[in-house]
Amino acid sequence: MDIDFSSTGHIVGIDLGTTNSLVAFMDLTGPRIIPGADGDKLVPSVVSIVPGGEVVVGNPARELLMTQPERTVYSVKRLMGRGLNDVADELKLFPFRIASGSESVIQLQLGDRTYTPPEISAMVLRQLKQNAEEYFGVAVDKAVITVPAYFNDAQRQATKDAGRIAGLEVLRLVNEPTAAALAYGLDKRENGIVAVYDLGGGTFDISILKLHDGIFEVLATNGDTHLGGDDIDNLLLRIALEDVASEWGEDLSRDSEGVQRLRRAVIEAKEGLSFVPAASIELEYRGKKYQREITRELFDKLITPIVDRTLGPCRDCIKDAGVAVDQIDEVVMVGGSTRIPLVRSAVENLFRSKPHTELNPDEVVALGAAVQAAILSGSVDNKLLLDVTPLSLGIETMGGVVSKLIHRNSTIPASATQNFTTGVDGQTNVLIHVVQGERELVKDNRSLARFDLKGIDPVQAGMARIEVRFLIDANGILSVTARDQRTGKEHSVEVKPSYGLTDEQVEKMIQESFEQAEQDFAARQVREQRVEADAILLAVEKARKHGAYFELADEERAAIDKSVNELLLVYNTDDHNLIATKIEEVNQATIKLAENMLKGTQT
Amino acid sequence: MTDYFELFGIPRSLNLSLDALQQRYYELSRQLHPDRFMQKPEAERQRALDMSSALNDAYRTLKDPVKRAQYLLGLEGFDIGEQRSKDVPPELLEEVFELNMALEEMRGGDDSARPQLEQAEKNFTNMLAETDQQLQSFFEQYDKSKSQDVLSQIRNVLNRRKYIQNLVSEVERTLTPSPQPPIPAH
Repeated sequence: MDIDFSSTGHIVGIDLGTTNSLVAFMDLTGPRIIPGADGDKLVPSVVSIVPGGEVVVGNPARELLMTQPERTVYSVKRLMGRGLNDVADELKLFPFRIASGSESVIQLQLGDRTYTPPEISAMVLRQLKQNAEEYFGVAVDKAVITVPAYFNDAQRQATKDAGRIAGLEVLRLVNEPTAAALAYGLDKRENGIVAVYDLGGGTFDISILKLHDGIFEVLATNGDTHLGGDDIDNLLLRIALEDVASEWGEDLSRDSEGVQRLRRAVIEAKEGLSFVPAASIELEYRGKKYQREITRELFDKLITPIVDRTLGPCRDCIKDAGVAVDQIDEVVMVGGSTRIPLVRSAVENLFRSKPHTELNPDEVVALGAAVQAAILSGSVDNKLLLDVTPLSLGIETMGGVVSKLIHRNSTIPASATQNFTTGVDGQTNVLIHVVQGERELVKDNRSLARFDLKGIDPVQAGMARIEVRFLIDANGILSVTARDQRTGKEHSVEVKPSYGLTDEQVEKMIQESFEQAEQDFAARQVREQRVEADAILLAVEKARKHGAYFELADEERAAIDKSVNELLLVYNTDDHNLIATKIEEVNQATIKLAENMLKGTQT
Repeated sequence: MTDYFELFGIPRSLNLSLDALQQRYYELSRQLHPDRFMQKPEAERQRALDMSSALNDAYRTLKDPVKRAQYLLGLEGFDIGEQRSKDVPPELLEEVFELNMALEEMRGGDDSARPQLEQAEKNFTNMLAETDQQLQSFFEQYDKSKSQDVLSQIRNVLNRRKYIQNLVSEVERTLTPSPQPPIPAH
């Protein structure tokens, strides 16, 4: 492979997952995951806002989910780019606290502030960015971020917004299964037809690709952006809650901490069942015990409906790809949920071949994102991804019917042009309603945006000729331009996204996020100084029992007492400099004591 | 508007080797895809976006025989509007009349029309295969002669094909109604 890393900075690849997120990069040895400070490669996509406003992300936040559930949020990816009315089902199953004023963009209440899903995702991204910066020792400000292939325009835009808020220039959004295929193709196979079955924490994707001498051409993709391991957890959790209700005689479902502890126990049992024939859900909480054994047989029976929901999209995808099942050379398994034996056997039955499981299903997407980052930096120049748009794009026409302009599974970038005219004499603007989806009626599809074409010359009805060009870029994101064919003049197109943030809102969030980062940094410094203070106070405490202390002059002991008291006074302030100064004063006041103690041990 | 044939560097023709087309598509993609221009100035990146979207649109059109023929007809100034394909081809009148009766019965809940519809589906699917053969032979004629008369015949076959295609889809939809949501069992 021709790789040249000398000329480019570090562009990282990020898998922003429902359950876990990872950051990776590529060098001469290939793509590699960057671990966090705790050594873990997986950063749980959990965010907690501790009292005082400091942001905690990852494993520590996962712990806070138990003790401070009302300040902690997980699986926020499920809310990205969605409106309040299409998350009703999620709200029944997830402890999202939706704040008022969530009509156009969902607002989550965490502690005393509200945050939008892109802001929460940005906190996860910022943690990954920081992990990479600590690893490289230089700033990282460019990234490739993966998204579920079946994400619509609003969900993609929300992910891009999250990147911007986190201070990352998002060079490309790559579909998760495609990224996996890239990592897989690098490692295992150069030519052939490959299916990627990606069942993660919250989303399901199936993609079929043709691999041809470094070209990765996606033939078709399908999926369900609300199907994954979370659904299995919720299923088991419901059963466990019912058990607890009958055994303990109390409804734990209203106790956030209890629910989260039980949820953790359920997940452990689920994960265990991938390797052993039986596992038990165990909870010890407030002096009570709950235990229930689940056999794999029962587990399989319970989750069959969930696994079956993945098979329809697989069949549709095979059909759309225009290939026969026996033409598919390999099936690559991606996402933690593909460790489940029932999932593997269902895939094996459908594709009539043994699925590939030797790549780590948690890491392969991030590794692929790192490869794409290397492609974009120019350091890998013999590989190229040709991806598709997962959903058809259309506009509303008379009677609420959709006129499709770009069909699903079209290779991106893709474009379409459509001419519009006016219906009334002197009309100067035309409103275009763009939708995404496969159904015939507007109301059954996903509203993307309304585009207002303004400044049309006031002419007779039907005389205006405005050519509108719809372009889906390589990220799968739509842009619209318009030109008056009579005058040749470019039209301004005002976009009103149906769901999502405006540019101004994103800018404001970027600003706030910088301030937040500064606050976080300050809070960290304060915490560090308090740790120092604790250490020195403890040392003084001990020293006061030492013989050397009593040999000091009265005024020396008084000076120590004074410095200690002053340190205690500032201990709880938010001024790390002040605490540091007072620590230094205690140090100064105790120099002689420390020297004497040292002499004492030597003699 | 870029001429798709020019973009691929091939003469206006209807019989294309799909392997050669794919090969050329991959070569052009390697040159034009936005991934290759990430480190370049904004103007070049914009041009790459325009060029590669045109390339993808071109490939999508040229690799499909029907779309390819429609596209070439458009280039040669033929009217390829939707309207014409809604007229019933005269030789199908009787069959379409009977089919519509059967479709009505089926939609009304009368399942006895099912065998007739299944037979009709087979007949029309066979007709589709026939029109595809006709198209193939007209494609060859056109590539040799570049005759406008042949194009006109191709347009007629395309309209007929579209009409039959719609019938087949309609029958398929009626025979396999969209699945009802499952009723929860208690």
